[in-house]
Amino acid sequence: MGEQRITGSIHSLETFGLVDGPGVRFVIFMQGCHMRCQYCHNPETWRMDGGEEWTAKDLFDMAYRYKNYWKEGGGITVSGGEPLLQMEFVTELFRLAKEKGVHTALDTSGYSFSMQPAYLEKFDMLMRYTDLFMLDIKEMDEEKHKRLTAQSNRAIIAMARYLSDHGKAMWIRHVLVPGLTDAEDGLAALKSLLDELKTVERTELLPYHALGEMKWNDLGIPYPLSGVRAPANEEIRHAEELLGIEHG
Amino acid sequence: MLDFQQWEGFEGRLWKEEVNVRDFIQKNYTPYEGDEHFLAPPTQATEKLWDKLQELQKEERAKGGVLDMDTHVVSSLTSHGPGYISEALKDLEQIVGLQTDRPLKRAFMPYGGIKMAEEACRMYGYEPSEDLHKIFNEYHRTHNQAVFDAYTPEMKAARKNKIITGLPDSYGRGRIVGDYRRVALYGIDFLIEDKERDKEHCGSGSMTDDIIRQREELQLQINALKGIKKMAELYGYDISAPAANAKEAVQWTYFGYLAAIKTQNGAAMSIGRVSTFLDIYIERDLKNGLLTEIQAQELIDHITMKFRMVKFARVKSYNELFSGDPVWATLDLAGIGVDGRPLVTKTDFRFLHTLENMGPSPEPNITVLYSSALPEQFKKYAAKISIETSSIQYENDDVMKPIWGDDYAICCCVSATQTGKEMQFFGARANLAKCLLYAINGGVDEKTKAQVGPKFRPITAEYLDYEEVMEKYDTMMEWLADLYVNVLNLIQFMHDKYYYEASQLALIDTEVRRTFATGIAGFSHVVDSLSAIKYAKVKTVRDDTGLVVDYETTGDFPKYGNDDDRADDIAVWLLKTFLEKIKRHHTYRNSEPTTSILTITSNVVYGKATGSMPDGRKAGEPLSPGANPSYGAENHGLLASLNSVAKLPYEWALDGISNTQTINPDALGHSARERIDNLVNVMDGYFDQGAHHLNVNVFGTEKLIDAMEHPEKEEYANFTIRVSGYAVKFIDLTKEQQLDVIARTCHKQMA
Repeated sequence: MGEQRITGSIHSLETFGLVDGPGVRFVIFMQGCHMRCQYCHNPETWRMDGGEEWTAKDLFDMAYRYKNYWKEGGGITVSGGEPLLQMEFVTELFRLAKEKGVHTALDTSGYSFSMQPAYLEKFDMLMRYTDLFMLDIKEMDEEKHKRLTAQSNRAIIAMARYLSDHGKAMWIRHVLVPGLTDAEDGLAALKSLLDELKTVERTELLPYHALGEMKWNDLGIPYPLSGVRAPANEEIRHAEELLGIEHG
Repeated sequence: MLDFQQWEGFEGRLWKEEVNVRDFIQKNYTPYEGDEHFLAPPTQATEKLWDKLQELQKEERAKGGVLDMDTHVVSSLTSHGPGYISEALKDLEQIVGLQTDRPLKRAFMPYGGIKMAEEACRMYGYEPSEDLHKIFNEYHRTHNQAVFDAYTPEMKAARKNKIITGLPDSYGRGRIVGDYRRVALYGIDFLIEDKERDKEHCGSGSMTDDIIRQREELQLQINALKGIKKMAELYGYDISAPAANAKEAVQWTYFGYLAAIKTQNGAAMSIGRVSTFLDIYIERDLKNGLLTEIQAQELIDHITMKFRMVKFARVKSYNELFSGDPVWATLDLAGIGVDGRPLVTKTDFRFLHTLENMGPSPEPNITVLYSSALPEQFKKYAAKISIETSSIQYENDDVMKPIWGDDYAICCCVSATQTGKEMQFFGARANLAKCLLYAINGGVDEKTKAQVGPKFRPITAEYLDYEEVMEKYDTMMEWLADLYVNVLNLIQFMHDKYYYEASQLALIDTEVRRTFATGIAGFSHVVDSLSAIKYAKVKTVRDDTGLVVDYETTGDFPKYGNDDDRADDIAVWLLKTFLEKIKRHHTYRNSEPTTSILTITSNVVYGKATGSMPDGRKAGEPLSPGANPSYGAENHGLLASLNSVAKLPYEWALDGISNTQTINPDALGHSARERIDNLVNVMDGYFDQGAHHLNVNVFGTEKLIDAMEHPEKEEYANFTIRVSGYAVKFIDLTKEQQLDVIARTCHKQMA
């Protein structure tokens, strides 16, 4: 019964998540992330400390109060922060969810992924209880990626391939920032990765918005994208075309 | 058994032997499980008339809110000749009848109170008639005069200090829904005979007060029925016999409603549940090749256009209470019958479709009687229209049906009554937030410093102690409940006497069941304040006389609106305690007491009169509306908030528990289809837990701010938003109310 005591550090909860996975979702934002994405809209989740400690059981019970709203489509999404930094906790939470037949989705940046056997052993467990991975691919060019996020993108792309090889359903997301992540060659490179992956169910383009800026200011961190505008509708449509996203 | 040739093709027996519209509906309606693709676009006639009406509405706004007003004719069933949207277009109007002889012209209605009627005229630059002034001051009393003659000093003080607020002592109480369908199904002559029979059988024993009053009221009802017939004649219709076809059924039903709005300017003048009923006539005509879908939609569009035109002359203070000039012409759709068959018909779709054919509109107040078991296609269509227009509210049929049966109607913004069997005595609200402050200050008003409540010993401690506060609150609530019920008894007595709703009650059974509606204001602030006292430290801040005028609260405490039982249990306790105290008292005409948590936009006015609270709400700030959690109290998103509200048992608030939520469209899903499915899931989840009511707004804060700053933009002319229990055009709100709406939580996801 050791799992009972596994606790996670939680930044906040959102009972009404409708854009983070299929259907109506209970979204758990984990505390802590090592990436420093310039357009991050949750910079308050970066710090590793300061979260609220929850046991997986208590958190699942809390989430399960909302099953009425989920119907067939909805479920639980774990986001962040970076959930893979607290992999054992998430695994236990999702194990409990799957016991009750609840759909589970993991919204991750994937940067901490590794092909080390010890890591994979844990990751495979998590994969067993995760119905859907939502993977942010921020930039295909490694150097640009480092500038944008302070981390390499190798692990992220490796993770996408690993999930594909293991037949795991994925949504790929890309944040479109004018002048930063909207270059045609970058989008084309992302498209060829998408074509190579076998289990991508959906590709989502998330237009950049400046709503995060206030939070950066509140935290006293200089906002690197100050003055950057949200993409225009035509730009979004053009990028969607390049990525082969169709509207249903 | 009665039989009319107009009933050809209709099944059933009971409804032919007695006045029983429900039985007629059950025996004859055709449930519809399909989607919206059969619906027809507006006809040219509809477009012309609607354009004209929009022109008039624009003129009305340009003139400061009133287009025209009668000052010399007291409104009655036959006081005005026929009126049309436009003389030039009158042949295009399939359904006719206006409150006065000109469109949007407001009638003079002095019976509720001559002072208010005159004030309303002057406010808009009209000079009221001297003759009428003399008549209603020297020769005839009005409701308002009579109530104030009878009020005790204590009642006047409670009213003045706004611990009891929004009382119907200077305007019509409204909330009585006649069964307007009876006019169409039976014709007026049969209804007169029926009431004459009732009068014959009334009073064979002793002439007690009750019997005398009943006999007089029955005669007033019979007179009203005769008047309705004359009113219809002015428009060229003979409604003595039943309606023979769909067009007549719609017209006859509308005449029934028109009679009500010509004679009463009640706080709510609801239409009731007519869609399934009218559908029976439309189906019969469609089947017999007498009507096309285009014509059927035109009938529904045209009666709806009439509902959009209902207007009353109101005074400024009334508009502050009930902003945006509302009428609560509430129109109910859907629901499920006791036999399990959904009452959804094609005409339920047709009424929703008016919001597409003629754009969004606050009136009629379209209310979907919701159940997760309604046909999926109907739920999706309603959700679609909600997302596009924010003009629909939802109420839980699953909780109302066991109490009111399957033929109830919403008589106000959210309160149910059984159609044709019941009436309600509307009674505004008691400000329980202020009551808590009175408990702490020994009955002294924190704003006016007057001794309004009983002079109990005030709390003198620096820090509030939960047990002590609860004990004092209980006694103060006891006082308030007693006074409140008595104020209402007095008001309802005088209203029956001086402003009796003859034309509505003529369309309700003589043996009428009466409910006595009370209400609670400041609900969430009391809950959070008590929670703060219990779980955090609340320090009193006193003025130089020792009166507590503010609070300093340190530490965290659970708040209502987060699905946290610690706070939500206090909410349930508060509701139950208040209702129990109300129930201990005698209520007028042996009515059944109920309560509600449904303040309207009046939350802004009530808040102005209420001092600072231990929950952190500062003096003068708006109270949270209805049963909504307080501003900024919700930390876990919409569903946690809905779950908190859903814990309030409907059985203890049969008059209704309103909840208004605004959702940012981007947060509702990526595609139109996703948004519809998600909204349906949210409503299913909420109502399956036994919640009562939900107002759904779908728009972002940016749009509200833009509309506030640029009300002249064409796109905002009909921009409708739902507030507690009704809808308004956003640009008709005062600036203060607009800011309040903007400040309320708009649910969008954090990430």
